Amino acid sequence: MTTIPAPAATQRPIRLFRNKAAKIAAIPMILTALVVFMGGTIWTVVFSFTKSRLLPKAQFIGLDQYERLWSSSKWGIAIENMVIYGLCSLVFSLIIGFVLAALLDQKIRFENTFRTIMLYPFALSFIVTGLVWQWILNPDFGIQKVVRATGWESFSFDPLNNQEIVIYGILIAGLWQGTGLIMCLMLAGLRGIDEDIWKASRVDGIPAWKTYLFIVIPMMRPVFVTTLVIIASGIVRLYDLVVAQTSGGPGIASEVPAKYVYDAMFLSQNLGQGFAGSTMMLLAVLIVLIPWAYMEFGGRKRG
Amino acid sequence: MADVITRDTAAAAMTAGRMEGPRGAKPKRSISPRNVFIYGTLLLVSIYYLLPLYVMIVTSLKGMPEIRLGNIFAPPVEITFEPWVKAWATACTGLNCDGLSRGFWNSVQITVPSVILSIAIASVNGYALANWRFKGADVFFTILIFGAFIPYQVMLYPIVILLRELGIYGTLWGLILVHTIFGMPILTLLFRNYFTTVPEELFKAARVDGAGFWGIYFKIMLPMSLPIFVVAMIIQITGIWNDFLFGVVYTKPDVYPMTVQLNNIVNSVQGVKEYNVNMAATIITGLVPLFIYFVSGKLFVRGIAAGAVKG
Repeated sequence: MTTIPAPAATQRPIRLFRNKAAKIAAIPMILTALVVFMGGTIWTVVFSFTKSRLLPKAQFIGLDQYERLWSSSKWGIAIENMVIYGLCSLVFSLIIGFVLAALLDQKIRFENTFRTIMLYPFALSFIVTGLVWQWILNPDFGIQKVVRATGWESFSFDPLNNQEIVIYGILIAGLWQGTGLIMCLMLAGLRGIDEDIWKASRVDGIPAWKTYLFIVIPMMRPVFVTTLVIIASGIVRLYDLVVAQTSGGPGIASEVPAKYVYDAMFLSQNLGQGFAGSTMMLLAVLIVLIPWAYMEFGGRKRG
Repeated sequence: MADVITRDTAAAAMTAGRMEGPRGAKPKRSISPRNVFIYGTLLLVSIYYLLPLYVMIVTSLKGMPEIRLGNIFAPPVEITFEPWVKAWATACTGLNCDGLSRGFWNSVQITVPSVILSIAIASVNGYALANWRFKGADVFFTILIFGAFIPYQVMLYPIVILLRELGIYGTLWGLILVHTIFGMPILTLLFRNYFTTVPEELFKAARVDGAGFWGIYFKIMLPMSLPIFVVAMIIQITGIWNDFLFGVVYTKPDVYPMTVQLNNIVNSVQGVKEYNVNMAATIITGLVPLFIYFVSGKLFVRGIAAGAVKG
């Protein structure tokens, strides 16, 4: 948006004012991009190196906040949970989503009904999801009690009150909410595969599972990449579900980074820790995002 | 990167059209092992997906004694609507005992202006980016799209400061502004992609006829793109209604949106737990997005194909 003065002789309007209406209309976008997204991000990163507690204070103390962050057991558990949840949700979402999409793609009846049923949880909020699953997994009333009532007295399934497996209890709810979306994206990908591929593989007598594994899935690479980015950005954001289902408990066994940051900033008046934690979250996203952007950019240049 | 996403979502929008149903000849009616396997699996999976909804409804219609004695999967012996009434009108959060109705109206007051404002701004942005390109526009757009991937936690506090400076921290308008800001990346992308598919000749003809920026927007683009506006509305209504994080950070207890109030009601530690009231409250909160989902059908799929990035 540099102003280059036009030669006076031609009487052309100044560059900045050309296309004026469009520029004025774009002001909200420009402000959001520069002030909130860029400005806010830079501000948080800068203040993660300060001594801020109750209020942001520009008193720099180097990497102290990060040292405290990584020596805190709460943050350690949060990261561990994010990794477990992330890996499991990545693997299970992709597998379940793809298998369901493949099943729906078999020219079946009631396809729309099945799809509607599998996708509806995605319309619900994480709060609703978390509360429903908290109720179903309730040891005194839920699945555990129902199974015990059938006569299997020693049956035990109480993930939400067991520190060791609480994150898997959250995973069950998360998968219930999110796999429908992945299924839909995969189904769109499968429908994008040329019918002739299937005809050719049938003529050659290749079994269906082999066609899927060695021909269709490699062809669906862009769909998988997009899905991967979507799942990954969801993993880092995991917050509401934990708050609703366990509030981080039992103890601190189901803490996640997003919750750590919120608690530090707004509950324990420890802004510096919040900034440091959120900067680490940003780093985690960039680790996924930059290779992806690079790959896509590189691909475009080649093509 | 912006163009990459453009391509992906354009492809997704196209493939959403392909979701009309299976192609080719109608399947033969036959009970082959293959069909038994396919339908059997799909049925089991459907039961898993439907179970929580069923449990929610069934629990909300039972009395507490029945819940204590019975099985959560059993249908109610004696149907009672009392939990629904209580959840709506008298359930307590802290000192307020006027039920979820307060949160519901707060959510309405938050959602309606946020949806209108964010769509108005984003559609004009998308229009400017698609049809009135100016130097540097793509740079801002790329930053905006990158912004969609930055974890919200990074920007939480700077926005607190911003809202405090504007004097709207803790009010409904503060939250509306926040929703407008965070809805912008995905909506701008959606509208930009749509407006680029409008034939250039139409745009040129309008310019020859002397229509300006706003003239073309209101007289040509707007009437032509009603479906995309509906898609944008679906994304925004469900997204904003379901939001929890922004509600809890940027509003005060009096104006908490429904999700925050629901969580406070159900997870409150005081008093005896009334599971039937909790489930009634949960389902009431889920009703609005569920309604939108079942009414909008295919447009919802199209919306999530574009809005999936928002998560």
